[in-house]
Amino acid sequence: MLELLEELFSYSFVVRAIAVGISVSLCASLLGLPLVLRRYSMIGDGLAHVGFGTLAVAIPLGLSPLKVSIPLVMLAAFLLLRIRESSKIRGDAAIAIISCSSLAIGVIIMSQTTGINTDICNYLFGSILAIKQEEVYLCIAISAVILALFVFFYNKIFSVVFDENYAKASGTNIEFYNMLLALLTAVIIVIGMRIMGALLISSLIIFPALTSMRVFKTFKSVIVCSSILSAICFFIGIVVSFAYNIPTGASIVATNLGAFLIFCLVSFIKGR
Amino acid sequence: MNVLSCRQISVKYESKFALENCSFELDAGSFLGVFGKNGAGKSTLLKSIAGIIKPNSGTLNLGIKKNEIGYMAQQTPVQKDFPASVYEIVISGTLCKRRYFYFYGKNDKKTADKNLEMLGIEQLKRKSFQELSGGQKQRVLLARMLCAEAKLLLLDEPASGLDIDASKQLHNILKDVNSQGVTIIMVSHDIQNTVNFCTQVLHLGSKYFFGNRGDYNAGIA
Repeated sequence: MLELLEELFSYSFVVRAIAVGISVSLCASLLGLPLVLRRYSMIGDGLAHVGFGTLAVAIPLGLSPLKVSIPLVMLAAFLLLRIRESSKIRGDAAIAIISCSSLAIGVIIMSQTTGINTDICNYLFGSILAIKQEEVYLCIAISAVILALFVFFYNKIFSVVFDENYAKASGTNIEFYNMLLALLTAVIIVIGMRIMGALLISSLIIFPALTSMRVFKTFKSVIVCSSILSAICFFIGIVVSFAYNIPTGASIVATNLGAFLIFCLVSFIKGR
Repeated sequence: MNVLSCRQISVKYESKFALENCSFELDAGSFLGVFGKNGAGKSTLLKSIAGIIKPNSGTLNLGIKKNEIGYMAQQTPVQKDFPASVYEIVISGTLCKRRYFYFYGKNDKKTADKNLEMLGIEQLKRKSFQELSGGQKQRVLLARMLCAEAKLLLLDEPASGLDIDASKQLHNILKDVNSQGVTIIMVSHDIQNTVNFCTQVLHLGSKYFFGNRGDYNAGIA
């Protein structure tokens, strides 16, 4: 076991993936709780597919994937929320349409430009090699900003999520907080999807919150538990991925699923 | 002092009127009961006053600040499995007095404790909201509004789903709160048990009525 870890840390790409991955998981788990509680879970999935579409455009053009994807996915998040608020298409249907369409467009563009190759597999299911040296600091800095914003607005986010109508009646600008959550989610998804893959990134958002809610029943305890849990699961997942040569995203999701089942069991035993 | 004046308020959903030409004025310290059949626009009126929906026509003037409104409706599906302690919810009421800095100070904690005690739920402080009974939940939400120092409470069927004892208790608490000068507007379908402590009555629907409780003939329903 120790030898494995030693070997693991001797590769700089692994260290990069772990550093970025843990900070991303942490942010994703924090943003995840409000999203899960407000029944917005699928927004992560939808935005990840949009992210895939934007990568398909950025890479053949030789542009930096992060710089193209982040603004475009933020725009998609903005539009998704607008649709949800106003139109006749229901929110979940709107997410489904946008997400399938961008995946399809992404695949079409890729097949015509770079061709269907292992790259696509990496984008869809994640790769431990995805984070480049020059991106590490940017990714960590963005995560730090998201973390700071979340902490600053923590109490306000709680009150808006718990009771939107009350918050609105007592003069809170709830559109601002909805938008803030959606935009931060968009950013974290673009960063995280390189490691986790477009199909699996939303698990980082949903799983920790859902898992912690099995056992913990106050907002603070759920937040603390899910952030710790997300980091642990990410680490275990990446070690397993390295040891058995499994796609990183899949291995991390499987670890999260394991944690979820354990928490379900604990909650079941506690309830008896 | 005028807390609220509504003039000719109408709200349309699609092409149907949910609320038509509703006008009334309310002084500070009043307790207004809003009655009427299902679909008469009771909840719609409350939501318009709360600013959750915008009336299609008419004017609505508040004599208080926006953050002095407290709104409480039937429990939302989100709240059913929401992980939150009673204390977290109650103290969150103090937030709407803050403009830029959203952390709780010593005074906020004192306010929260005071209101928990006042509503007799201090022993529930660490409990999770989802484990409470219906009556306890309503008291938690009331305590939150008191923390916000709300001057106008908008209550949409606060006693729905409560048993007789719990709803009596709730009504007594509301009477207490009202006697401290807080204006209350309460929507209810239970005229018999609520009309007695209203100072004014608004009856929506075909038999429109607004006036003092004494002039209101309960037989109108």
